[in-house]
Amino acid sequence: MKTSARTRRAIGAALVAVAVAGGPAACSSAADDDSSSAGSGSGTYAIWDPYPQFSDDSEWVKLLRGCGTAAGVTVERTGFDTTDLTNKALLAAQQDNSPDVLIIDNPVISTLAEAGVLTTTEETKLDISAMEPNLIAAGQLGGKTYGVPIGANTLALYYNKDLLTAAGVDVNSVTDWPSLTAALAKVKAAGKKGITFSAIGTEEGSFQFLPWFWGSGAQLTTLDSPQSVAALTLWTDWLGQGYAPNSVINNTQTTSWQEFASGDYAFSENGTWQLANAEKLGFAYGIIPIPGRTGGTAPAPTGGEFVSIPVQGRTERYATSQKLVSCLTSADNLLTTDTTLSYVAPVAAVQAKQVAADPKLKVWVEAVGAAKGRTSDNLGTKYPKISEPLWTAMQAALSGSKSPQEALTAAQAAASSATN
Amino acid sequence: MTRHPSPALERQGGAVTTTAPPASPGRGRRRRREGRWAAWAFLAPVTIYLLLFYAYPLYRNVELSLRDYTVRSFVHGGAPFAGLDNYREILTNPTFGPALAHTVVFTVASLAFQFSIGLALAVFFHRHFPLSRTLRALFLVPWLLPLIVSASTWSWMLNSDAGVINAALGAVGIEPVNWLTSPQWSLASVTIANIWIGIPFNLVVLYSGLQAIPTALYEAAALDGASGWQRFWRVTFPLLRPVSAITLLLGFIYTVKVFDIIWIMTRGGPTDSSTTFATWSYRLGFGNLLPAFGPGAAVGNLLIIMALISGLLFIRTQRRQAS
Repeated sequence: MKTSARTRRAIGAALVAVAVAGGPAACSSAADDDSSSAGSGSGTYAIWDPYPQFSDDSEWVKLLRGCGTAAGVTVERTGFDTTDLTNKALLAAQQDNSPDVLIIDNPVISTLAEAGVLTTTEETKLDISAMEPNLIAAGQLGGKTYGVPIGANTLALYYNKDLLTAAGVDVNSVTDWPSLTAALAKVKAAGKKGITFSAIGTEEGSFQFLPWFWGSGAQLTTLDSPQSVAALTLWTDWLGQGYAPNSVINNTQTTSWQEFASGDYAFSENGTWQLANAEKLGFAYGIIPIPGRTGGTAPAPTGGEFVSIPVQGRTERYATSQKLVSCLTSADNLLTTDTTLSYVAPVAAVQAKQVAADPKLKVWVEAVGAAKGRTSDNLGTKYPKISEPLWTAMQAALSGSKSPQEALTAAQAAASSATN
Repeated sequence: MTRHPSPALERQGGAVTTTAPPASPGRGRRRRREGRWAAWAFLAPVTIYLLLFYAYPLYRNVELSLRDYTVRSFVHGGAPFAGLDNYREILTNPTFGPALAHTVVFTVASLAFQFSIGLALAVFFHRHFPLSRTLRALFLVPWLLPLIVSASTWSWMLNSDAGVINAALGAVGIEPVNWLTSPQWSLASVTIANIWIGIPFNLVVLYSGLQAIPTALYEAAALDGASGWQRFWRVTFPLLRPVSAITLLLGFIYTVKVFDIIWIMTRGGPTDSSTTFATWSYRLGFGNLLPAFGPGAAVGNLLIIMALISGLLFIRTQRRQAS
């Protein structure tokens, strides 16, 4: 009797240990409460977006409500953290509880389309003719389109005007990689720091590396090409020569911005979304497009969200969802939304209006015009399997544990085995 | 009543109510059945709670790890049964070896330092000197801070270029160290941060354990001429053993699954140099645009098994010591 009681107690204690340690399980199977509204009441339509920074009295939410009123329904909006939203959307779809309208980061579209979570624009009769082809490409897979871009952002180089002047660098001389490196050398010689970017070991790091990767002529299908090695060598040499700080290996785009904002750095690779913060900088700043290896503007990856209509059990809801999406992506509303989000509009006519209102946006409109979707070229869900080896190689080379060539050869091997 | 002195009634008076009076067996059986229903009713909430929040997630995690899930089959069902394929994939993955080694080093180093520093501080504060309460309260601060705050603070302090620690090293003429961005240092850095966070827990539990040791024992030891060192090893340490044991067990369960600190400080990098099973599992399941649920769940289950085995081993040794 005594032993069995003890055994039981032991097993009980062990189970507690199990329960405490079983972290990921709880996340992957918990049903979602917020989504229950999606299927209920024909007059209420659920919209999920990745803009938790906007509260109920913001322009964005007012716009959502307005579109609902125009379509004769009530809109129930939930803002999620963008990294959370992919799994939330997958879980909701698993429970047949998807929102009526889902606004989601563009590289996730192919994952959700692959999962059969999203309807095509043909099915729901959404008009995509006005959208710029290079922007909508990120939402296309196998000849079908799974959403409408609501706005785009991309990367460019912010520079510190005061610092460059003091170091005797003419920013107009920066047109290709050698001239950029020469400028960094001058800045360093003047006792300041060269450039900061984010090379963190996540998707964010790949996103920041791609302009250099593509700007050298490399393709995502061949990570170990000489062009790709040249791009990684550029970054590695910058670190080796002290033109870029060692902290870039761990920098997110936000921490890299904070470094730039300190006023010690001449250049920062960052996105459209920092424009509002740029106005608060304690020095004069300017923006140039990221140069290609031998000149010209390097294709940067497109950021920004797509508006999509998830698959519903009750297909009669699509008609109203279509009205909501059309309203959100209509020219007038795009102007409001993209100004609020500090994004570039996906429609040429609206871009022209944006530049007319704020001439500083011109460089961004050009950068977006040269930009390329990460999942474009029909890479789709192969992209994530290529991106992870790429950022791993980047980290290995920058931290000095492998040479750029070795790191990228290993990355290509990993990407090939993952995508085949 | 006096004519029929029923034993049942007497017992009822004596607070024993379960025995039925022999005169009416039918009613008694009903009452017994009622009693059993009542017992089940009391048991039900906790049973349902355990099934819903512990057994079912655990079952789902095992199921996830045994099937070949793609994003499509995750949503629409019909993932083929893959047996132990996910586990095989994990075991042959080049990350497995390093992740296992890092998990062991991280856990053992964290526990050893947390416990010994925690114990030293507990003994120190046990002396009750002026301000000891205030100082002890200050030691609890790391415990009260949200992990995201402490981890971010550590990563600022350990920043290669702008961090205060490298600035301090520079002031005494030591070359800066790339704490978070070099493969040689990243694991040490996250371990140091985790030790700092774990000390207050050890301090609090061991301190309360110390208060349970009768002061008479120390007085007796002092009369026998025991030195301070002897008093610690002959009186404090043996009597603290049960408390130490539970502290270490809880510390182990907590440490083996530490995720936030590592993820915030290094993302498990650079190149897996600070990846443990916990961060690897997260990276597989959530850290990529295309989640790999099966392998992610498999790593999570390995973590659970590690905790389970260590828990059982621990309880066994403790029982052997007790008898």
